[in-house]
Amino acid sequence: MEGFQVIWDNIAHFMIGRYPSGPLGGLALTFMLALISCILSFFGGLIMGLLCISNNRVIRYPTLAVVNAIRGIPLLMVIFWMYFLLPAIMKRPTPESWTVIAALTIFTSAYMSQIVQAGIEGIPRGQTEAGLSTGLPAWKAMVYIVLPQGLRNMIPSFVNQFVSLIKDTSLAFIVGVSELTHVATQVNNRTMIYPAEIFAFISIIYFILCFAFTSLSRWIEEKLAWRKAI
Amino acid sequence: MFNYQFDWAIITSGQYFEWLVSGLKITIQLSTVSIALSFILGLLIAVMRMSNVAPVRWFAHSYLEFFRNTPLLVQIFFWYFGSYQVLPESVNEWMYEHNFEFVSAVIALTIYTSAFIAEDIRSGVRSIPKEQMEAARSSGFSYLRSMQYIILPQAVRITIPPLINQFLNLAKNSSLAMTIGVAELTYQARQVESYTFKGFEAFTAATLVYLAISLVITALVTLYSKKILNPIGMR
Repeated sequence: MEGFQVIWDNIAHFMIGRYPSGPLGGLALTFMLALISCILSFFGGLIMGLLCISNNRVIRYPTLAVVNAIRGIPLLMVIFWMYFLLPAIMKRPTPESWTVIAALTIFTSAYMSQIVQAGIEGIPRGQTEAGLSTGLPAWKAMVYIVLPQGLRNMIPSFVNQFVSLIKDTSLAFIVGVSELTHVATQVNNRTMIYPAEIFAFISIIYFILCFAFTSLSRWIEEKLAWRKAI
Repeated sequence: MFNYQFDWAIITSGQYFEWLVSGLKITIQLSTVSIALSFILGLLIAVMRMSNVAPVRWFAHSYLEFFRNTPLLVQIFFWYFGSYQVLPESVNEWMYEHNFEFVSAVIALTIYTSAFIAEDIRSGVRSIPKEQMEAARSSGFSYLRSMQYIILPQAVRITIPPLINQFLNLAKNSSLAMTIGVAELTYQARQVESYTFKGFEAFTAATLVYLAISLVITALVTLYSKKILNPIGMR
């Protein structure tokens, strides 16, 4: 039971890090990292997804190659790449949290672009054709006709991707960003004898957060299926 | 970066090349052992998930939801740091004798991956018409035996492409084992970087190896789906 006492004594640390007196950390930082990366990679995924279905081969093939290359390597690799490249590109030291956000955004954009492609392909061709035959240019037919319908069907997959992002933020530990997993290793290093309690506790926190969003995505999916049925 | 001196020779031969090769070996070992174990565990969980006995079904369901919704890294830390608290002493002694880091990584990767494999197998089973089960039961097979002889052999055949994809995920996920000191590919690339300051070359090499692994595996899936599942090219 003493293990739980240790967790209770450090609960503020787990939740917000050293926030009022120091930088934000813990669960709050985990959520922030996931949210920022999710918003950025939504736009990244949208652009990459649209480029992947472009009629122009000079655009399509290189984008497909990049997307598949990113999907073929571990996230940890992307984080290390950003860790080296970002300071070199920016020509000054970059904060570790930027490194992680950049890596998560690039990595997740590749997966989001697949969702976008599938979502657009799920809209009947007749919709695009009808748009074109009413005189819209191709990009307007995409933006005003296909995307609004496609994006709605993509919502459950986007939420699932957000759940993956929450789990993936734990890798920020490797470059020393003090999110939830990093805080847990710190508390574990300090107390030494309660690792099982500490890591079980943060697993449960991650589980509650992720399961809430997984359930949300299932609920939305059911709603959408019902709307399609009538 | 722009006045950086590239030195590809250090990673194409000599000591650092050998480090990377030994890293690749560990990555392959880790992934192969874990995929075999998680297939067995995943099969078990999938059968439990579809059981008629409610508590068994609930247990399998909670197992799936819990391990799919927690980060793999936290699970690795749990087994690595906490195994002496949660596993019997004899198991721990065995682990200390047999490369503790490697075994902890195998446990974490197996449990995590088995949750995904169980869902793949379950959707494979659901694609088998339910008359197959009814026919098996009415010819006198018990539930477990019908699963074993009738349903699973058909379901696993359909499940092979997603299973191969899980192997690819596993190969990529095994990179997390570096955090507890398993000397796999990413760990060795990091090692080469810290000894030589040639991070660019070291990570390029590791990235290319991961890409090669995923190209081979993706090609296998495509080949299997084309030749075995759909030999006459039906759409």
